[in-house]
Amino acid sequence: MSDETMTIIIDGVEVAAQPGQTILEAADQAGVYIPRLCYHPDLPPGGHCRLCTVKVNGRPASSCTFPASDGLVIENDTEELNAFRRTIVEMLFVEGNHHCPSCEASGDCELQAMAYRLGLLTPTLPYLRQPRQLDASHKDVYIDRDRCILCGRCSRASKVEDGKTVFGFEGRGIHKRIAVDGAKGLSDTDMSVADEAARICPTGCLRVKREGYRVPVGQRTYDHTPIGSDIEHKKATR
Amino acid sequence: MAKPLVATAPFTGCFGCHMSLLDIDDRILELADLVEFDKSPINDIKTFSRPVDVGLLEGGISNDENVEWLREFRKNCKVLVAVGQCALTGGVPAMRNTVPLKECLEEAYLNGPTVVDGCIPNDPDIPILLDKVYPCHEVVKIDYFLPGCPPSADTLWAALTALLTGKDVGLPYELIKYD
Repeated sequence: MSDETMTIIIDGVEVAAQPGQTILEAADQAGVYIPRLCYHPDLPPGGHCRLCTVKVNGRPASSCTFPASDGLVIENDTEELNAFRRTIVEMLFVEGNHHCPSCEASGDCELQAMAYRLGLLTPTLPYLRQPRQLDASHKDVYIDRDRCILCGRCSRASKVEDGKTVFGFEGRGIHKRIAVDGAKGLSDTDMSVADEAARICPTGCLRVKREGYRVPVGQRTYDHTPIGSDIEHKKATR
Repeated sequence: MAKPLVATAPFTGCFGCHMSLLDIDDRILELADLVEFDKSPINDIKTFSRPVDVGLLEGGISNDENVEWLREFRKNCKVLVAVGQCALTGGVPAMRNTVPLKECLEEAYLNGPTVVDGCIPNDPDIPILLDKVYPCHEVVKIDYFLPGCPPSADTLWAALTALLTGKDVGLPYELIKYD
C-alpha cells in the first residue's frame, strides 16, 4: 500500500483513496455504498450497467472505471442520481422477462434488491415482451436469457478467474445477447459447475441446477437488509 | 361522517391477494370499523351501487371481461390501488406473453400430453382472451402500487390504514417485495 494517500470528497465527506483505486473502490473501503450491478470485486470493472454513475466535479461518470485522484468532488447519494438509477433498473425490468414470483433467484437477486433499495414499487415503463432463448443443455448449469441484464460478469469471470472463454456478447443495441462458445449451447463448451462464472450472475440468468429454493423465504440475502448494507456496515463499525 | 367505501376486484390472478387481506387476522375487526365494503367477492356484491373511495385490484388483465370491469372500477373509484405482482406486472399469467396466443391455446387444448379429443373452447359466454396479459396500469390510470406475491398482510394493513386515514403510504424496506 502506498503511503501517498489521497483525499476525495463524496457527498461532502472526506474519503481516503490510494493511487490506482477507482472511486468505487475507495468508497467501498470507506464504507460508502455506491449502487452497482455489473461490478464485482473479483473482476476487472466492466462499466456496462451505469448504476454506479456519480457526478465527478459536476460531470456524470461511472465510478467503477473512474480513477480516484486527489481533491475530486463527488456526488453520489442524491435524489437526482437515484432517480436516474431507478429508471435504469426499471428499463432492465421491462426489457427482459423478469417474473420474480417464479424465479429461484428471488430474494438473492441483485437486480431485485437494487429495485427494493431504490424504493421502486413496480416498473411502469412499457414492457418489451420479447421471447429470449433458454439454454438448459448443460448438465449442471442453465442460462435463462429472460433474466439477463447484460452485465457481462459471466464473461469476465470465465476469462479472468477460470481461464476459459465460455461466454461473450453477440449482436448490438437491443439485439445484444449473451452467447456461449459452443455450437450446441452450453453443453458444447468447457463450462464446469466449479467455475467462478457459474455463481457470479447477479440475477437468475446463469444458475446452477438443483440448487433453487434451498433457503426459505425470510432467510434469503436481501429479505431484511438492503443491498449494500455489508459495505455500509464497515463504516458503522469503524 | 360515513365510513370510507372499499371495493375489490379479482382479475387474472390466483385470489392469493384477497386471501392475504383476510390474513390480517383480528385486525379485520378494526378494518370493519374503519371501512364498509361495496362491490367485492368478499361480500359477493356484484355491481357498484354508489361511488367508492378505494378500489383494490388483484390480477392482470387477460381478457375482454377484465378490461370492461377494470374500466368500471376506474369510473367508480376515487383511488385505484393495484395489489400484487399480477396487477403490477402481469405476474405468472404473463409468462405466456412471449408465446403467440394461438400457440398457447393449441398447446393447452389440442397438443398437450394429457389432451384427448381436444378442441379450443369457443362458447360465446367465455370471455375472449387478449393477445397478452397486461398490468392494470397499461389499461387505466393506477394511483398506487402494492408489490408482493401476495403482498403480506402487514403490507396491506400498513397501506390501507395509511390511505384511509389520509397519511402518506411510505412502505418500510421489509414490506417492499416482488415475491
